[in-house]
Amino acid sequence: MLEIKNITKTYKTGNIDFHALKNASFKIDDGEFVAIMGPSGSGKSTLMHILGCLDTPTGGAYFLDGKDVAKFSEDELADIRKNKIGFVFQSFNLMPRSTVLRNVILPLVYAEAEVEERTKKAEAALAAVGLDKGHFGNLSNQLSGGQIQRVAIARALVNNPKLILADEPTGNLDTKTGEIVLKTFEKLNTEQGKTIILITHENDVAAHARRIIRVKDGEITSDSKN
Amino acid sequence: MKIADVFQETYFSLSANKARSGLTILGIVIGIGSVIAMVSIGQGAQGSIQSSIQSIGSNLIMVTPGAQRGGGFQVSGARGSARTLTQADADAIAKEITDAKAVAPELSGRYQVTSRGKNTNTSIVGATAAYPAVRNIEAEAGSFISDQNIKSLSKVAVLGPTTRDDLFGEGIEVAGQTIRIRGMEFKVVGVTKSKGGTGFGSQDDMIFIPLTTAQRFLAGEQYVTTISVQAKDAESMTAIQQQITDLLLVRHKISDPQSADFSTLNQSDIVATASSITQTFTILLAAVAGISLLVGGIGIMNMMLTTVTERTKEIGLRKAIGAKRRDINLQFLTEAIALTLIGGIIGVMLGWLVSFAVTSLGLIQTKVSPSSVLLAFGVSAAIGIIFGYYPARRAAALNPIEALRYE
Repeated sequence: MLEIKNITKTYKTGNIDFHALKNASFKIDDGEFVAIMGPSGSGKSTLMHILGCLDTPTGGAYFLDGKDVAKFSEDELADIRKNKIGFVFQSFNLMPRSTVLRNVILPLVYAEAEVEERTKKAEAALAAVGLDKGHFGNLSNQLSGGQIQRVAIARALVNNPKLILADEPTGNLDTKTGEIVLKTFEKLNTEQGKTIILITHENDVAAHARRIIRVKDGEITSDSKN
Repeated sequence: MKIADVFQETYFSLSANKARSGLTILGIVIGIGSVIAMVSIGQGAQGSIQSSIQSIGSNLIMVTPGAQRGGGFQVSGARGSARTLTQADADAIAKEITDAKAVAPELSGRYQVTSRGKNTNTSIVGATAAYPAVRNIEAEAGSFISDQNIKSLSKVAVLGPTTRDDLFGEGIEVAGQTIRIRGMEFKVVGVTKSKGGTGFGSQDDMIFIPLTTAQRFLAGEQYVTTISVQAKDAESMTAIQQQITDLLLVRHKISDPQSADFSTLNQSDIVATASSITQTFTILLAAVAGISLLVGGIGIMNMMLTTVTERTKEIGLRKAIGAKRRDINLQFLTEAIALTLIGGIIGVMLGWLVSFAVTSLGLIQTKVSPSSVLLAFGVSAAIGIIFGYYPARRAAALNPIEALRYE
């Protein structure tokens, strides 16, 4: 369960303060599938960085499983990211010189998982996103965009996080492969009970979620069931 | 992050760009290799100079005419230019200084020598029968100057092996042949054994004749150019040197030791001086090699900085999936240290090869000391840490959000 209370984020550029987030508050329960929607510059990326513990807010509180992580140190945030959050990015961010399997294993390296279990866990995660076993030894330039993004989802999944944060996961994909990726998220939500937060500016994409939070100019304008 | 994982990551990233890693390693290889090679050559030179000093005799004190010049190495130009030492001085030393094992006065000068149409210019040493014992000279064929030769002012000569080769040719039986020194005929009675060593005070290029003969027929005077005194052991050298000085001051009626008309030179002083010279020489060589090592280190830093910039996005991703500052720092530092250690290992082998080659080419007897190998490893690891530290810290300090956005 996560909750943000009156979160603000201010960036200083010279003498001008830029308020990326103003008093944003909401609560997301375990197992929800939420889309955060907004045009570019609306503050949704900032919101995602804070929810993903990549950044801390200027003001307000962020409770993740009852703990206020807004005041956590850099290392403590890294631990939260490692254990509780999986990231999926628009630009995939796979390591180009590593195989699919090794890319998925990477979070387990930082989690210091037992070496014998790493491959097993990575294969399970790749199976969960529906990637064919024949591709496990491939490099990312031998895969299609949809396959790459599913590898990235498997990577986000491998350490068994409660929360998966996806930042424009279909932004670089065509509609058809984007659809496959979104179906993968739906499946993870319904079958494995993962909390999924999808950041997007497209209505079609947001339509897959069961709750939509709209952001505009750093403020939450609507929060509704889909 | 487990240590085994750090090593695996290091292996992956170094092998991902083999050419660049190889060239960077090459810089360290050259640096470490030249340090090892230069130090071994320097130490080899030191050893060979010391052994050539030892070859002129053991526990020697040399008394030469000319003013004292304070401590340190004497300029040998002063030798023989002053005529203050006499046969009587040598006799007095032999008689009064009981700790002196042997005393060998000599009178040397350079003269033209001819034999059967060949001629050479070499050092003629008027010596006594005690000379071979004091100066570590052995006869290879025939005999050395005898007391009888001294007494009877015989015109006999003992050739050094190099002189023999110059005058007669290599390996020729020369006993009984005649040579002419300043037009006077001398009968060759023996050849000394080669002592090796070239240049620096070679004792192979010499002709020995009886001291009395040299005084009478070549120099025309009773003085001597050097009195070599052999002490009974190394410990008594300083005391004997002082006794000789005191004795000769009295004999020459000089009250102020500063204005003595002779100087004494202790062999251990020569060794010490030569050692300090070769040490300076070694340090100089090592410093030059050290500069190339420094350049190699900067190469490491350059490569690591490029790597960090290139992999900014990857670092951002690693941080997003839970890597801490420490993990990133460790990863890049290990990469830098791995580069220098690999370079260090190859460099030690290369330096070893070079010093081996120098030895087998007969230039200088070199030796790679274990301490210089250990030092090389220490230094290469230190270079890895020093030059890897800044790039690694820069990588670790990257903000994950900005790193992920980096294109």
